[in-house]
Amino acid sequence: MAGVSGLVRRPLQQVSGLLRRRFHQTAPAALQVTVREALNQGMDEELERDEKVFLLGEEVAQYDGAYKVSRGLWKKYGDKRIIDTPISEMGFAGIAVGAAMAGLRPICEFMTFNFSMQAIDQVINSAAKTYYMSAGFQPVPIVFRGPNGASAGVAAQHSQCFAAWYGHCPGLKVVSPWNSEDAKGLIKSAIRDNNPVVMLENELMYGVPFELPPEAQSKDFLIPIGKAKIERPGTHITVVAHSRPVGHCLEAATVLSKEGIECEVINMRTIRPMDIETIEASVMKTNHLITVEGGWPQFGVGAEICARIMEGPAFNFLDAPAVRVTGADVPMPYAKILEDNSVPQVKDIIFAIKKTLNV
Amino acid sequence: MRKMLAAVSRVLSGAAQKPASRVLVASRNFANDATFEIKKCDLHRLEEGPPVTTVLTREDGLKYYKMMQTVRRMELKADQLYKQKIIRGFCHLCDGQEACCVGLEAGINPTDHLITAYRAHGFTYTRGLPVREILAELTGRRGGCAKGKGGSMHMYARNFYGGNGIVGAQVPLGAGIALACKYNGKDEVCLTLYGDGAANQGQIFEAYNMAALWKLPCIFICENNRYGMGTSVERAAASTDYYKRGDFIPGLRVDGMDVLCVREATKFAAAHCRSGKGPILMELQTYRYHGHSMSDPGVSYRTREEIQEVRSKSDPIMLLKDRMVNSNLASVEELKEIDVEVRKEIEDAAQFATADPEPPLEELGYHIYSNDPPFEVRGANQWIKFKSVS
Repeated sequence: MAGVSGLVRRPLQQVSGLLRRRFHQTAPAALQVTVREALNQGMDEELERDEKVFLLGEEVAQYDGAYKVSRGLWKKYGDKRIIDTPISEMGFAGIAVGAAMAGLRPICEFMTFNFSMQAIDQVINSAAKTYYMSAGFQPVPIVFRGPNGASAGVAAQHSQCFAAWYGHCPGLKVVSPWNSEDAKGLIKSAIRDNNPVVMLENELMYGVPFELPPEAQSKDFLIPIGKAKIERPGTHITVVAHSRPVGHCLEAATVLSKEGIECEVINMRTIRPMDIETIEASVMKTNHLITVEGGWPQFGVGAEICARIMEGPAFNFLDAPAVRVTGADVPMPYAKILEDNSVPQVKDIIFAIKKTLNV
Repeated sequence: MRKMLAAVSRVLSGAAQKPASRVLVASRNFANDATFEIKKCDLHRLEEGPPVTTVLTREDGLKYYKMMQTVRRMELKADQLYKQKIIRGFCHLCDGQEACCVGLEAGINPTDHLITAYRAHGFTYTRGLPVREILAELTGRRGGCAKGKGGSMHMYARNFYGGNGIVGAQVPLGAGIALACKYNGKDEVCLTLYGDGAANQGQIFEAYNMAALWKLPCIFICENNRYGMGTSVERAAASTDYYKRGDFIPGLRVDGMDVLCVREATKFAAAHCRSGKGPILMELQTYRYHGHSMSDPGVSYRTREEIQEVRSKSDPIMLLKDRMVNSNLASVEELKEIDVEVRKEIEDAAQFATADPEPPLEELGYHIYSNDPPFEVRGANQWIKFKSVS
């Protein structure tokens, strides 16, 4: 974990430029791209494709982004398309929604989603509900994006996961990428979507490289919003997660595979509208379910999945109650030992899987 | 020449046996106090401002010097510990801004109240917490002032309300503390601090309005260090006259690098509030040597020359030292002794902060509710349970 935060802190040097140059050659082989680079590429491509798209937020322009996600964009597109705002979340979120109502396609960055709470009225009341309230007259084609959830040592006010909060609201679409392919495909879909989309990124994933398959290197590569992906097929248990915990689930699956337990790991990719069908089909095959998320347990993503499973055809296929693995039900503590135990770890996932399977 | 040598050797040998020789040294060599001219404050909606001269006693001078030096060295130690990865997460340092926390404290009483944002280590110290508890909180140990659970941005003490992570949120809180002060009728005031970046937060204007409307004893203080993270004041604010941004609230613009200027302005502002006139606004013009936080090198949006210039011409500790030495309030050697004492105190505190154990895992669930009977808190899955005690 310390290594990843080190990556986050150190600015990328030549790598991003190099990759871009390679990218423009018709390279058939897969490419190593970090989540940060994937987001950058996705936004760059959409900014180029549609002049109505613009980015605003704190430090997005001249600082290259607080987490360097928008590196190089201001240099390329200038003041009109990449706008540094004052520290006025409620104000600039409202401004962004207004611009969207008037036909532009803003990307509104929150430095972290913790600060979106200052602007949440604009996200919910001005963005999410408007198309409905106007009976289909006024769309709001806006993307709210930024890092969400726990980081490393940033304490209670900077570590909250907002998946459940935003996922609760009709009118919003909410996506939660895990790897680079997710990040690129989802940001592009989000920008092209005519609805308000909340994209919950993860700071600890920004610096993590993944192989970007050839199809994901195309400028028209899109991941449909509302569709989950089976990252690892399996037969014994369905393991559903979103964002960084997807990686932990895959780790757990590798460990358990050695013991003869084959986990089917599902990467939700979208929180709302939730792809419950993929989860149901999987549960009907494996008969066991656990959900994994970084957010708090009460009224969370896992709680929603469990409720929907009970309401649908998959319930009768369960051989054991569904189990949730979540963050601990406390404000995030600072001390490392406490923080480590407040987020779902691989060992907690393995434990929950074995308990569910009764092994 | 011999007499001078004798005097010098007496001063130097004084280091070994302090009290007696210091009294001797004090009564023989130093002035008891001196009068200094301080910069006139720019005024907004005020007929008169703080005085332009002030008297500094030797005792106060030594105290301010030691406090500023302690804050300075504590912040530099935090820098070091952060680079060694013993401190993690966010770490926002205030070296360069020492005259603000020390000067403000000098202008109020311990029974007054103070709240600030995340650049809070200096205030945590001036409000009374020992360095070892601050450093141990930064290193996330059980001996930290928040038992390791809060970290850099969440330190609290008596009449010190943090340490707040969300930019601007502390300002309505401060107005609320001021409301409580008025409500309780004890003539206390609340110092409510925010930065130049936060000055553009809407909730601050809401707080201004209510504080003025209800005549709350709130001293709004904008610590203007010219940059909100990487954005200079000109790029963030339509008006950079932060002392005027309270509009109907009277304001002063103060030289925040001069501890005496800050002290006098604070006394003036506190008197204004205590007399029932309502809120007042102070802009302290100051500067931070470090970047916004330890993740920010601090040189992509400002030049090294600028940083160097402030360091060499306006360093608050240097300014006080020069004044005291030139007015015979203290000697260079005496101040060096204080430096040595401070270094030792910081070293000891750092030792403690590094050696103290982390908080016990069993206490992860503690302190969710106040004054409630114990209950169970869920961990990462339904089989992991923690006890929660108030």
